[in-house]
Amino acid sequence: MSEALNIALALDDADQMYVTMRVDSQLFGIPVKNVRDVLRQQKITEIPLSSPEIAGSLNLRGRIVTVINLRKRLHLAACENDEKNMFVVVEHKGELFSLVVDSVGEVLTVSDFAIEKSPTNLNGKWKEITTGIHKLDGELLVIIDINSVLTI
Amino acid sequence: MDDLIVEFITETSESLATLDNELVKLESNPQDEGILGNIFRIMHTVKGTCGFLGLPRLEKVAHASENVLGKIRDKKLDATPAAITLVLESLDKIKDLIDYLSANGEEGAGDDSELTGRLNYFADNGKIQEVELKAVVNSDVPQELHDIVESNDDFSSHFKGDDDPFMMEALERLAAEEAAKNPPVAVEPIVEIIVAPKPTVVAASAVVAKVVKAEDKKSTDSDNGANQSIRVSIDVLENLMQMVSELVLTRNQLMQIVRSKDDKELVAPLQQLSHITSELQEGVMKTRMQPIGNAWSKFPRLIRDLSLDLGKKIDLKMNGAETELDRQLLEVIKDPLTHMVRNSCDHGLETPAERLAAGKPEVGTVTLSAYHEGGHIIVEIVDDGRGVNIARVKQKAIENGLATEASLEAMSEKQIAQFVFAAGFSTAEKVTSVSGRGVGMDVVKTNIQKIGGTLDLDSTWGKGSKVAVKIPLTLAIVSVLIVESHGQKLAIPQINVLELVRAEPKSNVKIETINNALVIRLRDKLLPLAVMSEVLGFDCNHKDLVDKEVYIVVCRVGSYDFGILVDKVFDTEEIVVKPVSDIMKSITIYSGNTILGDGSVIMILDPNGIARTITNVDVSSRAEDSVASRAAVEEEKMVGFLSFTLGKGAPKAVPLELVSRLEEINVKDIEVAGNKPVVQYRGDLMRLITLDDEFTMPNSGTVDVIVFGYDKKVIGLVVNEIIDIVQAPFDIKVSSREAKQHGYLGSMLISGKTTDIVDIGYLLSDLVEEAVASMNSSGKSEAENKTILLVEDSLFFRNLTVPMLSAVGYKVTTAEDGKQAFDLLDSGNKKFDIIVTDLEMPVMDGFEFATACRKSTKVNGTPIIAYTASLSEEVMQHSKDVGMNDCVTKNDRIGLLDSVAHWLVSHKESV
Repeated sequence: MSEALNIALALDDADQMYVTMRVDSQLFGIPVKNVRDVLRQQKITEIPLSSPEIAGSLNLRGRIVTVINLRKRLHLAACENDEKNMFVVVEHKGELFSLVVDSVGEVLTVSDFAIEKSPTNLNGKWKEITTGIHKLDGELLVIIDINSVLTI
Repeated sequence: MDDLIVEFITETSESLATLDNELVKLESNPQDEGILGNIFRIMHTVKGTCGFLGLPRLEKVAHASENVLGKIRDKKLDATPAAITLVLESLDKIKDLIDYLSANGEEGAGDDSELTGRLNYFADNGKIQEVELKAVVNSDVPQELHDIVESNDDFSSHFKGDDDPFMMEALERLAAEEAAKNPPVAVEPIVEIIVAPKPTVVAASAVVAKVVKAEDKKSTDSDNGANQSIRVSIDVLENLMQMVSELVLTRNQLMQIVRSKDDKELVAPLQQLSHITSELQEGVMKTRMQPIGNAWSKFPRLIRDLSLDLGKKIDLKMNGAETELDRQLLEVIKDPLTHMVRNSCDHGLETPAERLAAGKPEVGTVTLSAYHEGGHIIVEIVDDGRGVNIARVKQKAIENGLATEASLEAMSEKQIAQFVFAAGFSTAEKVTSVSGRGVGMDVVKTNIQKIGGTLDLDSTWGKGSKVAVKIPLTLAIVSVLIVESHGQKLAIPQINVLELVRAEPKSNVKIETINNALVIRLRDKLLPLAVMSEVLGFDCNHKDLVDKEVYIVVCRVGSYDFGILVDKVFDTEEIVVKPVSDIMKSITIYSGNTILGDGSVIMILDPNGIARTITNVDVSSRAEDSVASRAAVEEEKMVGFLSFTLGKGAPKAVPLELVSRLEEINVKDIEVAGNKPVVQYRGDLMRLITLDDEFTMPNSGTVDVIVFGYDKKVIGLVVNEIIDIVQAPFDIKVSSREAKQHGYLGSMLISGKTTDIVDIGYLLSDLVEEAVASMNSSGKSEAENKTILLVEDSLFFRNLTVPMLSAVGYKVTTAEDGKQAFDLLDSGNKKFDIIVTDLEMPVMDGFEFATACRKSTKVNGTPIIAYTASLSEEVMQHSKDVGMNDCVTKNDRIGLLDSVAHWLVSHKESV
């Protein structure tokens, strides 16, 4: 009995919640525990001389957030209609960052056991920033590694 | 840790700081009973508290030192320098013990009887010589005393409530008598006798203490009202400050909205809010303010010690010690100030003889003053010494490659003097334990700049020098000027801004160009201009600017004035500086960012970084010069050497590249392990090498040691005396096999003298062997038959790296520069599995080499690892950009081996 309970607990532990978002029709996921906020269109201050992936910075309730363009980070073409862009704010090592995405979807609960390693033929840039792939019904969810996506 | 102990540590640290100064004061006014009473009281409190908390070691030391002070107070001993030195020594011991206590929560084991013995001996011995005469006269007293001491119980009753001098005198007479009886072993009996009646002595001193305490009460009663204070932890204040800062920002935001709305109803309450916020801000700021005297408090002691060490007579004057500034700033400037005061004493002031010869008073003066000036605090360190030797600075600047003779000609003396703040710059002819090692002033400068301060040096040869430090009142809130360039709003710290100038083609201030470099004439001086939009990376046509109306923000960094050309200038704003994100730290033109009143984010510019961009332009344009002049520059490529004497014969030198530190090591601390001398060094063991068989370690005192660091390991070279840091072209004239076996590369001329060059590779060979041994055998087989091309211009590093790589099994070929290496690769005669290259090399540097390799079809797939002395973000980015695979620093040999192994494997995979 107790053994069965332990296994059940372990399974619960392995369940992770992910905020899903779309960039260029691909579905991505970020662990909920990293996400601080999701914002609509924001006024961004550009930062000249910074890396092209850095879109600028914005003010979130008195804190400065560095905005990272996920499209550029993934070497995708720029978005034509960026008014609908969403900003997913994540906290990393005490600093706030925001990822610019096309849209934000629902929160999914995924078991760690169901996550597979990224396939070997995946492009290097993409491989770098993913911890694994989850197979949903009908499409694949790319799990983002916060640490590597914010290492520019 | 026990709360009581924590409280005790804070309190005692404060008392000790006061004691230091009081003692130094006492030394100059030995008759002042007020000072003496104060000192005695503090020491007594320390002793009492220690006893209460059960800290026996501290108590004993404090007690012994109190004994000496007690005698001085009772006029039985004079406050001679010797006495003060001894008491100061005991203070240092107490400080050490307190430090240990605060770090570990307990006192720690140890024996201080040597020090207490000396203190006690001094307390007693100082008297004996005087009493000896009396003892002969009153030869009948001792018998009486013997009886008293034997019946110990009665003894205390004899003196109950009485003054102790009588008892002391009696005891001393007894001691003297004993000494007279057995002259040959005089010292020991005395100690014994004094120790025997100790309980009573303590009892007597307790009585004294009571009296003192009563006096203490009286004196403090009067200023009781002023002492109403509580202790608040710094975190609480810091938090409060942060919140008030945010409140100020929110207020600004609100004001801006209301101003645009023109709502009359809101104006009055908002005014009120604004007023209260300002007051609150001021109030909170005040809690963080501390008088600058706190940072100066250790200087009297420092000056005293320095004047003894250096054999100079130094008088310290302090003005404006009550000037208050933010405690955070106080912490930051403490060390730089100490450094500058030391410098003034060591380099600035002359010896008494020199001063007299120059017609100055024998006693040199160092004056510290602090005052407010326009929202900033100015701290000045002035000495009336010899001043900065401009001729020598010029010479050094040329030697160190910081400037050319021609550029120095164009500079004012003041500008030249600023070179002393350059890294590794020392004009001291002799390196002393106090200063002169050429590391320091640059650190001082960076520290001051870090807190938004500026540093200014004024000096008159023969008259003295003055360093003025200008720092903001507080770190938290700074005033900035908002400007616009290329549609981008930016903030410039007000502290750097001198003035604003509007330039128009028709007005008398207009922009002129010299070979595309922009300047304006400002009050008959040419001011170089940085175009902000260009600094920000946007294209800009200089011709257009000349015909436009633009604004120029005249900035000063150190003593360098320049203008920043912007499109618009708005007003100034008070802002809270927030650090930029780590991923943007490599951009040098920003010092931070902040949120403005309207809620938008704005970047704060670092005038320092901008100044560097315009001087960089200079450097790059120089690189485009003709090949002939480049060749000439290469010939002059200078290498820094540290010269020293070792054993007999010619002076020796080592290249500065690998020297990590210079240390003085006490011979007593040298131990022998595995037949070789070692010394405990920063929590590790450091092997000491002497190199010369004729060199004999002195039996006592200290020796100079040059510390070489390599991959977290250190090795020390013991030398007789360190002479200087010199720049010389690396050109070995004579070398023999014999020399090489003895650890020398050969001999060359440095500053006109034949100098033997020490082979660092030889010194470090032990360490290299260890590294190789640490590589596992599988790694070794992996490495078999792999070929490496090592491109490295420095002979030392070639000597060091080749054996290490070949010991692991790689086949290493070397090239001396990028060109040689590329020709070798391009000829197609040889193929290599991996290339390791230095970045800074003559003819063709590492970046150019890598770029060439990546363009060539023959070598574009071979992994390239950059192997560099200094690794910065910029270097890493640059090396990545030119297609290098990895960057390793030269002192990380394991890192190099790992990286080579890693890239060999991943290269194989990708093929």
